[in-house]
Amino acid sequence: MDKLLEVNDLSKRYAQGNLIARITLTAVEHVSFYIKPAEIFTLAGESGCGKTTTAKIILGFEEATSGAILHNGKPQTPHEKPWITEGVQAIFQDPFSTFNPMRTVDSYFHETVHNFRLAHSKQDAVDRIDKTLRLVGLTYKEFAGKYPNEFSGGQLQRISIARALLTDPKLLIADEPVSMVDASLRMSIVNLFKQLRDELGVSILYITHDLATAYYVSDRIAIMFRGNIIEMGTVEEVLMNPKHPYSRLLRDSIPQADPHKRWTSTVTLAELEHEEYLRKGCKFAGRCPDVMDICKGVVPTDISVDDVLVKCHKYSEDISVD
Amino acid sequence: MAETKQTVLRTEHLKAFYLLEVQGTQKTVKAVNDVDLKIYENEIYGIAGESGCGKTTLLKTLFNEVVPPLRLIDGKMYYRIGTQEVDVTEMSAEEKRKLRMEYISYIPQGSMSVFNPVLKIKGTYEDFIGSHVNGQSREEIFELARKRILELGLPKNILDVYPHQLSGGMRQRVTIALASSLNPRIMIGDEPTTALDVVVQRGVIQMLKEIQKNLKNTIILVTHDMGVHANIADRIGIMYAGKIVEEATTEQIFAESVHPYTQFLINSLPKFGDKSLRASVPGSPPSLADLPSGCPFHPRCPHVKDICRQQMPDFTHLDENHKVACWLVEEGQHG
Repeated sequence: MDKLLEVNDLSKRYAQGNLIARITLTAVEHVSFYIKPAEIFTLAGESGCGKTTTAKIILGFEEATSGAILHNGKPQTPHEKPWITEGVQAIFQDPFSTFNPMRTVDSYFHETVHNFRLAHSKQDAVDRIDKTLRLVGLTYKEFAGKYPNEFSGGQLQRISIARALLTDPKLLIADEPVSMVDASLRMSIVNLFKQLRDELGVSILYITHDLATAYYVSDRIAIMFRGNIIEMGTVEEVLMNPKHPYSRLLRDSIPQADPHKRWTSTVTLAELEHEEYLRKGCKFAGRCPDVMDICKGVVPTDISVDDVLVKCHKYSEDISVD
Repeated sequence: MAETKQTVLRTEHLKAFYLLEVQGTQKTVKAVNDVDLKIYENEIYGIAGESGCGKTTLLKTLFNEVVPPLRLIDGKMYYRIGTQEVDVTEMSAEEKRKLRMEYISYIPQGSMSVFNPVLKIKGTYEDFIGSHVNGQSREEIFELARKRILELGLPKNILDVYPHQLSGGMRQRVTIALASSLNPRIMIGDEPTTALDVVVQRGVIQMLKEIQKNLKNTIILVTHDMGVHANIADRIGIMYAGKIVEEATTEQIFAESVHPYTQFLINSLPKFGDKSLRASVPGSPPSLADLPSGCPFHPRCPHVKDICRQQMPDFTHLDENHKVACWLVEEGQHG
């Protein structure tokens, strides 16, 4: 099978504290996944689950402690910039801090065109920028010479997507691209992702905590918890029929826009997050409703249940337990 | 619930504008523009709308915190204190201060700025509660605080830690506990769950509901997340460009909303098990400093007619709870 990007057994550890009292936090632990061409793959989880760290390593902003990243089967070396060699581009969370408020937005586009030698003349550059902007529903005329504060958050986020598209990337890494955009305009960004996949064949690594848009837009999903991928498969399987107790909790905690589907059960929250990172065995054991003795001491392995990868002891011997 | 509804907060044609002077020219930002609200005792009232529709300003006005450049232009606001309705727009600063915490309290979005970063949590409790409860010693105040914290299921040693030691969700829950500690009749929450993770958000909503159930008071909750409203609110007001455009019970808003804007808000939400194409509201919200004529939604409305461009519609009462301001209903064309 063709794999555009492959992440292989990736780990990242951060040391905290001073020389004497030092603790090591594992932000990403043995994470493996792949992305096919023209596919939207979601990495979902709460804050502190390691999804952004994974994105940073793929983009080369951070160095992995161990593991490998392969583009089309070719390993990425630490000093290689993937946006130059592999056609990887990024979209970030806050569109207002993506652009310098003192610079016109179009100067970023001209800079990219110049750096990547995308045009031979000024007119050529303008045509190319205009063509890309039209993909996101804007035109060069309504955007030239304007500063970031003259656009709304949703427009600015679409502009930053257009900037990423300028170099004809094969893969977009979108880190929480809609969490700062108003709920009513969120769908315009998410629909744009669908359109890019279907019309241009761009793959997208969609990093989010919002499972509802993840379900709507993506093909496959991986749910992360405290540095581990705990469940991975097609969105239909993972979100409509979650197997890991944490995926179930996460999915049930999305407030449904339906007054007849209010929550009836109560949740227990983690009191100290550090404790969960440092926990031996399964990191969810402290809050898991189905906890067993084995969970507190032994790290569960990946088990394949109905084509879904689940990291949970519940499924280890007898698949029929539920 | 139907007969014994007692109004606790009522506004009449409330108008609060920001009067600004930008580079020598006067600018009026019409953030709260003719809002009539009737909020009852023992209910959770949700206010929904996009960013920049004036929902935070409305909350500030309801909290009676109108400070320049925000000015109260017109209208009246009444709180029911004891058995009488009191006009609070005429109150002195000292009278307003007395009502805070004890009668009406405020839960902000960013809980980081509530607590003094160099004091332990109990120091902030002492500041807040001590200025409202006369003649009580520190120990009595801490006892009061500890009791509420235990009731809400928070760890009891929480008063002895510094704010930075708490996670965002825990800090938000401590903020809510603080806001509820003097048993206020009205609690106002400005996006209290927006910055939180989904599981934590669920915990916070759970806690707000519990407080409301125990105190039988009123919570006015602003959030743009219709999912949160569906889970917590009894009634919802939809706000657009400084005005309430539709108001009904939560069930009615989700099942039989009439205003095109409300319908857009609800239909744009993705749902599990349904991958059909969802459109977002076309265009973008208008600037409150430069509102379109007539109904402010007309430039984005798919059903726009000539009259929408000229005149703002009045409220049509569809039943005792459901009212809507839209020309489509005026002419009996909805549905």
